Amino acid sequence: MAKAPARTPAPAADPQKTNRERPTDPRPYEASKEELLKFYEDMLLIRRFEEKAGQLYGLGLIGGFCHLYIGQEAVAVGLQSALTEADSVITGYRDHGHMLLCGIPPKDVMAELTGRAAGISKGKGGSMHMFSVEHKFYGGHGIVGAQVSLGAGLAFSHKYTNDGGVCLAYFGDGAANQGQVYESFNMAELWKLPIIFVIENNQYAMGTSVNRASSEDQLYRRGESFRIPGLQIDGMDVLAARGAAEEALAWVRAGKGPIILEMKTYRYRGHSMSDPAKYRSRDEVQAVRDKSDPIEHVKKLLTEGHGAKEEDFKAIEQRIRKQVAEAADFAESTPEPDPAELYTDVLVEKY
Amino acid sequence: MAIDIKMPALSPTMEEGTLAKWLVKEGDTVKSGDIMAEIETDKATMEFEAVDEGTVAKILVAEGTDGVKVGTVIMQLAGEGEEAGEATKDDSPAAQAAADEKKPDTVEDSAHPAQEKVDTGARQLFDAAANKAEVTDPAIPAGTEMVKVTVREALRDAMAEEMRADERVFVMGEEVAQYQGAYKVTQGLLDEFGDKRVIDTPITEYGFAGIGAGAAMGGLKPIVEFMTFNFAMQAIDHIINSAAKTNYMSGGQMRCPIVFRGPNGAASRVGAQHSQNYGPWYASVPGLIVIAPYDAADAKGLLKAAIRSADPVVFLENELLYGRSFEVPKLDDWVLPIGKARIMREGSDVTLVSYSIGVGLALEAAETLAGEGIEAEVIDLRTLRPLDKQTVLTSLAKTNRLVVVEEGWPTCSIASEITAIVMEEGFDDLDAPVLRVTNEDVPLPYAANLEKLALISADKIVKTVRKIV
Repeated sequence: MAKAPARTPAPAADPQKTNRERPTDPRPYEASKEELLKFYEDMLLIRRFEEKAGQLYGLGLIGGFCHLYIGQEAVAVGLQSALTEADSVITGYRDHGHMLLCGIPPKDVMAELTGRAAGISKGKGGSMHMFSVEHKFYGGHGIVGAQVSLGAGLAFSHKYTNDGGVCLAYFGDGAANQGQVYESFNMAELWKLPIIFVIENNQYAMGTSVNRASSEDQLYRRGESFRIPGLQIDGMDVLAARGAAEEALAWVRAGKGPIILEMKTYRYRGHSMSDPAKYRSRDEVQAVRDKSDPIEHVKKLLTEGHGAKEEDFKAIEQRIRKQVAEAADFAESTPEPDPAELYTDVLVEKY
Repeated sequence: MAIDIKMPALSPTMEEGTLAKWLVKEGDTVKSGDIMAEIETDKATMEFEAVDEGTVAKILVAEGTDGVKVGTVIMQLAGEGEEAGEATKDDSPAAQAAADEKKPDTVEDSAHPAQEKVDTGARQLFDAAANKAEVTDPAIPAGTEMVKVTVREALRDAMAEEMRADERVFVMGEEVAQYQGAYKVTQGLLDEFGDKRVIDTPITEYGFAGIGAGAAMGGLKPIVEFMTFNFAMQAIDHIINSAAKTNYMSGGQMRCPIVFRGPNGAASRVGAQHSQNYGPWYASVPGLIVIAPYDAADAKGLLKAAIRSADPVVFLENELLYGRSFEVPKLDDWVLPIGKARIMREGSDVTLVSYSIGVGLALEAAETLAGEGIEAEVIDLRTLRPLDKQTVLTSLAKTNRLVVVEEGWPTCSIASEITAIVMEEGFDDLDAPVLRVTNEDVPLPYAANLEKLALISADKIVKTVRKIV
């Protein structure tokens, strides 16, 4: 059913009058040159990694479903740059970028994509199911919305063990309509769990645009009836993302319970590698790339504000390309799992 | 005309209760809504309200009396204008009818001998659950003192002991804390462990199963109680997709040590949506452990094992068994191995394989068959996944005949699975086809007579065995 067209969109920063304490509107992060360079490099690593993954998929080296993060890099880079070692990260199946930012070596991720024994999940998980307890990255979940409840559980364990950690639980605009998300919102606020719910609103749940699927399409308001405050953030701006992370972490670490960050972003590629993306025009995609590309944005800041030169960027580019090429070479050449691995890891114990 | 006030049934499974306290005395006048007494059921202390108006003529059961059967006249109420004393010698037709109502439990009806005591299908399951194992569990050291404990208490004790031993263990679910458990299984845990570790959840199974699974992935050891497993269908995605598969999908690095527990299977007259056995569903999923104990010793020993396991466990209890008492070994740390069936009764002529409440019926049927000279060996599977095939096959090699007894649907059941295993690995030992006694292949009806027809019974087992022995 088509959405009633007669609605006027609400102003983006509606304060929703209430006596409850609210987080202050976050300010863009004031990054040093070194920090900007790091953001640039991290975003570029994700972009080049994903481009390479797309290539390997085209060559048949990666199978099944493969969801690329290209276009959304500023969200994860901005947010995760603010985390400490105590914090945990969980997301859905568009997970490669988040993993790289958790410090998982690109070759471990790429080898999982190619289904090899050296992959982070020994080749048994694939693109959508990757985890690293060591790096506090808890997946990599293939069921839309499951990571929200699981993330609330991770936050529960942070609180239970009093380890000072906060869970960063990412989900998309599509998952934002799942029932379990609201069950989890309710319990997370009721129990003041230390969790940041990050809605990566890339405008399309597979092929369905937000306003075709969401009666309240201002997703940052989705926590209101649970008393969870929400902020709507420009997810194409890494400094806005980092600034939002600072505010959200301060809110959660102060024991005020969960908070929602709606990150307005855009994916350049299809939903998955097999998506022809007929639901939007090439012009729409190109316009975002031209006007709002998160990497170009930081490049401009570095060039105009910090005197960075083209050769500085070239050096970074070369380093990243080399790293990604090595990961891809490794992922192509490292062996498949031993057939005996078929039967391992079903259960932990012997009965 | 005096009114007989009878011991009320205050839960679907209540057979008898304790008249804890009278709040009225003889000569008091009561009106509708007045609380007359406090009655303890197997689950809770309930207030018993007056429906009729009148004067308390006579109190027939003193407060503090245990084991008052449902339907017993506990007081008499004199109506308006009656003398209180008249009520005691009331011969009115109503009083006579009330007296008759108590009788079916004891009166032999020669025309319908099979009707004796058995009013409903659940009743026949419940009554059979009084049957005890004839063979002592070899896991119990010789000379161990045994104590009588209900299944409900055994489960609670298992949780309490494991919570004392391991700070990471906590319980969450609907009504587990302040209400002391919808079926009183978590009684006392809140008092001992506090609200950090005994957590009441909203009625949101999908959400809290996910939170539990996430907490397990984060290093804790949750026990998630479902009020019944019927409601766990809301949460089955997390049980299977999140809990069961993650260890494999992560190449063994991310574990999910969680116990999902609660009552499973048919209760009493609660209809189709509240009466289903999910054993076969969960037992079909690699990555899960599925346990379905029969008696209290197994409930305790296996729940402790489940909580300690590094794997996700679905622990299927049975509401009709909660109030049943069995002998439990008095040991500091009674833990049973997961994945080991138990021989409940030895026999040479036929093997009856069952689990959960079906075991009681199998034992009852074995008694009847023994009277006909047929010695049945009864095996309680105890764990449905991994299934202890060897115990079944070894018994079959001795008896050469096998019947599976399952309180559940026949299609794609544990019975189907046992039958397939026997075909594949025990064919040469078979002298007759494997038969199964299961519930009828219909949603469980409410009507007492239909419910009885739909559920398994000892009689059906006996008749089935006679076909092949």
